Amino acid sequence: MSMVVRVKQKQIAQLIAKGKRLDGRGLRDYREIKVEQGIIEKAEGSARVLLGKTEVMAGVKIETGEPFPDTPNEGVLTVNAELVPLASPTFEPGPPDENSIELARVVDRGIRESKAIDVEKLCISPGKKVFVIFVDIYVLNHDGNLIDASALAALAALLNTKMFTYEIEEDEVKIKPGYTSLPLRKHPIAVTLAKINDNLVVDPWLEEEQIMDARITITVDDDGNICALQKGGSGYFTPKQVFEAVQIAREKADELRKKLGW
Amino acid sequence: MSQKPEKLIDKKGLRLDGRKPDELRPIKIEVGALSNADGSAYIEQGKNKILAAVYGPKEVHPKHMALPDRMVLRCRYHMAPFSVQERKSPAPSRREIELSKVIREAVEPAIFMEYYPRTAIDVFVEVLQADGSTRCASITAASLALADAGIPMRDLVAACSAGKVDDTIVLDLMDTEDKVGSADVPVAFMPNLGVITLLQMDGILTPEEFEKTVNLAIEGCRKIYALQKEALRSKYISVKEVEE
Repeated sequence: MSMVVRVKQKQIAQLIAKGKRLDGRGLRDYREIKVEQGIIEKAEGSARVLLGKTEVMAGVKIETGEPFPDTPNEGVLTVNAELVPLASPTFEPGPPDENSIELARVVDRGIRESKAIDVEKLCISPGKKVFVIFVDIYVLNHDGNLIDASALAALAALLNTKMFTYEIEEDEVKIKPGYTSLPLRKHPIAVTLAKINDNLVVDPWLEEEQIMDARITITVDDDGNICALQKGGSGYFTPKQVFEAVQIAREKADELRKKLGW
Repeated sequence: MSQKPEKLIDKKGLRLDGRKPDELRPIKIEVGALSNADGSAYIEQGKNKILAAVYGPKEVHPKHMALPDRMVLRCRYHMAPFSVQERKSPAPSRREIELSKVIREAVEPAIFMEYYPRTAIDVFVEVLQADGSTRCASITAASLALADAGIPMRDLVAACSAGKVDDTIVLDLMDTEDKVGSADVPVAFMPNLGVITLLQMDGILTPEEFEKTVNLAIEGCRKIYALQKEALRSKYISVKEVEE
């Protein structure tokens, strides 16, 4: 924890106890969200999401590969996250650390478990050849709540993804001119709440993240069902706080979905 | 992988291994299973066989990792190559790295971290055989190993999973139920304090089902908590008998 934040810790917590936040938001408010799609021409799909000052880009690449032996009829989804060093003084170059792996896996779980992608439509030849969808999350500026920003960026990039049309000739994929969109069935939205002195706040920014006891991320599908959940941080939640967080997350997810038109 | 079973719950409402929906698998716990570690525990939960060992408090290496006001807790969850059907590469997978993190965050709230500034405690978890819900059994064993090492703790952490298979909410998922079932919710709980320290979910649940599942998992944690206390007690009772 940086020295500045340690000094502000009491102030942040006291404000939150009064229902206010240092950046002027209410406890249940998201920062301003901006979504831009199709920003990388060479990627099959791409998007940039701004969540306040947090900036995350996601790119989708599609290749052909082998299916997993236990799901021979299904395409493969791979989500990876890079906390690139230019995004924060605390990020260092090198292989992905536990934070970037957790980030990628939480985003992955939301897309996978909600069955957002119709993976059976990505099968070319059962047991032999399928499409592999790579979603690469690139954090460009870290100002807190990377999970929600990354989940939005990943989904925005998938919605923007153009699949090349193809023909199968003797198990070989032949690319034809023209594109179709990726078969997306659901729009999972991740909502993260931080617990600060027994108060729950939505969309914690960096300074709140540094002083929070724990966080909880709830991914909600279009029907209001929960499709992924992850507690993080070294603190705890009471069961009551968990159920309250789920309720808040469902309302916020609904609100975001309407705002973004997904 | 072997063939997927058609049904996970039979006409009598029993599961593949004959358990009722709210029944735990047989659990065997041994505290102090390793002589070199400062604290250790071994757990068998169904076919799961897991060892946890604690080393520390000790000097922090590298030194710049040390914290002036609290200790550093490190955790490694690792699966043996022979622990699963198809050999698992011994190199840490992304899953193992994530689980190491969530297990650390599940036991950390129990420890008085500020009692040992500038030191480190290492928790090593080795899964020797895996059969579903290993992260929960790992937490159960790790918190016992910490207690066995004499680390001051607020409470033991007991962990148990619950989930949904064939439209039924069930306790303590085994491997097949985890893979074929429609949702899996691992929970770690400190029964004396009534707080949740690990909570994850994958699958699809309505909010009502989710609440029911979490509450069932907490009930499972309470049962495991009783077994944990029993296991801790029996180690020290047997020591006493040797002395006499």
